[in-house]
Amino acid sequence: MTKGWTLYDPRLAWMLVAPVLLLLIFFLVLPIAVMMVYTFFTFVTAGVEQATLTLANWHEFFTDSYYHGFLLKTLRVGAMTALICGVLGYFPAYFIWATTFKHKWLLLLLLIVPFWISFTIRTFSWINILGEQGVINVALLKLGLIHEPLPMLYTEGAVILGLLHFLLPYMILNVYVSLESIDRTLISAARSMGCTSAQAFREVTLPLSLPGLAAGLLLCFVLAAGSYVTPLLLGSGRDALFGNLIYDTIMGELNWPMGATLSIVLFVVLGFFAAVYTRYMGMSQIVKGLGG
Amino acid sequence: MKISDTKRLERLHDRYMNGGLDRRAFLGLTAAAAASVGLSMPWMGRALAAVTEVRFDGWGGTVQDAIDKYAFQPYTKKTGIKVVQGTFGDEDEIITKIKTSKPGDFQVIHSSGVNYYIKYVNAGMTSEINEANIPNLANVLQPMIEPFRKLTPKLSAVPYDYGTTGIAYNTTVITPDEAKEKGVGLLFDKKYAGKIGGYSDMTTRVWYAALATGQDPNDIKDMDAVWAKVREQRDLAKKYWSSGAELMDLLSKGEIVVTDAWSGRVASLQDQGHPIGYLDPKGSYAWMEDMLILKGSPMAECEELVNFMLDPATSIAVAEGQSYPPSLDPTKVKLTEKIEKLPAFDPTGSMKALTFADPKYWADNEDAWTKQWNRIAKGA
Repeated sequence: MTKGWTLYDPRLAWMLVAPVLLLLIFFLVLPIAVMMVYTFFTFVTAGVEQATLTLANWHEFFTDSYYHGFLLKTLRVGAMTALICGVLGYFPAYFIWATTFKHKWLLLLLLIVPFWISFTIRTFSWINILGEQGVINVALLKLGLIHEPLPMLYTEGAVILGLLHFLLPYMILNVYVSLESIDRTLISAARSMGCTSAQAFREVTLPLSLPGLAAGLLLCFVLAAGSYVTPLLLGSGRDALFGNLIYDTIMGELNWPMGATLSIVLFVVLGFFAAVYTRYMGMSQIVKGLGG
Repeated sequence: MKISDTKRLERLHDRYMNGGLDRRAFLGLTAAAAASVGLSMPWMGRALAAVTEVRFDGWGGTVQDAIDKYAFQPYTKKTGIKVVQGTFGDEDEIITKIKTSKPGDFQVIHSSGVNYYIKYVNAGMTSEINEANIPNLANVLQPMIEPFRKLTPKLSAVPYDYGTTGIAYNTTVITPDEAKEKGVGLLFDKKYAGKIGGYSDMTTRVWYAALATGQDPNDIKDMDAVWAKVREQRDLAKKYWSSGAELMDLLSKGEIVVTDAWSGRVASLQDQGHPIGYLDPKGSYAWMEDMLILKGSPMAECEELVNFMLDPATSIAVAEGQSYPPSLDPTKVKLTEKIEKLPAFDPTGSMKALTFADPKYWADNEDAWTKQWNRIAKGA
């Protein structure tokens, strides 16, 4: 059967990759293509559209500043969340990597424990923490430090906090995997050549862990910018992100052509950032981070 | 006329018990049924498989708990047909799901009356009910059925309950006298800025803004004034809720002290002992809900379920459980004292005391107003 085949035969490579390729075509490329076609359909009334091709949806997107404002806001919130994740996530990752604790696996396990609880429930839990009768306000009121509950819930801050809660493990895992791949003898070499611990970190560890940090930043940014549940539960109407616009257009207005247009816009914009990252850093780091 | 197997056996049994069928004929028919089962081929079982479950989607929470406890569980016990349930927080959400599924995946919907009925009709999702299979329909209030029949002479839905979206307020902060005096103005009172809530729904927002600007919600002359009022309230509001559970959570936790609210959910909060008052101001938004059977559903079984739900004993138990008056005509069916005390209950059965949304007027403006409301809600 394999007569005439070589070990690295391109035909074999294609055969091996074919199942995944087919999955990608049928479950990713085709749905996106269908959505692309939908962007040119005509909206008739809620829940009803016609296959009469039009550029009206794209015209509305490009000429309506309402959409541009939300797109920029979404990118800003996504970037802020990713940066805070980077700052907050680096130290736990470094600690897990550097610790001599015998059961390091336990620390890694703790990192993924939150994933065992539903994302929605985890998000809802913040209502009981940040609310007017939440833990923080009640404690501060009882201590006499405040006289009126602090307005923390249903704000942009609450949304970012919810996103941090959700995304921090992704950042820590990415940085940790990157740190794990560093040859520790390089640090020993730096120290033996007179570097202090801080210098060794700055000159060796940090630069070598940057690909993981960058991968974490990209992941957190893309996931934050694409989220809609967190702003829905923890934010007010003003704290909505682009994903909420898409949700309202498709589920509320039942306007699929415009909803598809907005979805393609978000896909292209986030895809652009992923492409830029891939161009300079490569995708392998993200794959490593996700794979553990 | 197609009837379900359960109904067929029931009728056969009734005829026998009432003397309309002699013992020999009854046993003969039973034997014939047994023979048909015994002689059937394996493939025939699959081809003629009886419906074993019906899909129902509703609003969840206390409302669906009551329907499940007082209607679905007894129905399953009686017929052996299981009612598989789903929930939604917003009916547009379920319409989207129906649109992306094949006919029959979703079957019975606890729908929000005529305003939404139009959407199902426009999207070609409605069925045609055989009213002969729902004899309990005779007890349903005619003023509730008529608006549906105007849209589709052959009904696809049967009215089931009604209520109002009035004003709920925290009685530890707002006295009943203050609420009565301020009426609709309470929802726009700067004194309660940051403690005001509201239903995240275009119809409710526009309705109350119209009332606040002194206009008839079913014939708005100055829409700019309405949108200005909607914006004014948005800036005072802490949160627009999007489900009954969220409404109850916000009110019971004191996050908000005043909001427009569904009468039944407020009654549930009051039953739980929360200090919540309820007021139906003049022109309060009245609505009805119906049991909608979708195209592609097993009609006989769905009709049987709806008929069971409309049975006075079932309907009254559900109404008491969910705290919304039933669609039963109080001049034909004796209702309980508890139901007569429910908010929005109309003892006359004429429904003239309640202000419903004019389905044609609101359907004509639905798309544009929903889009505008979605923008205002996000700060535009």
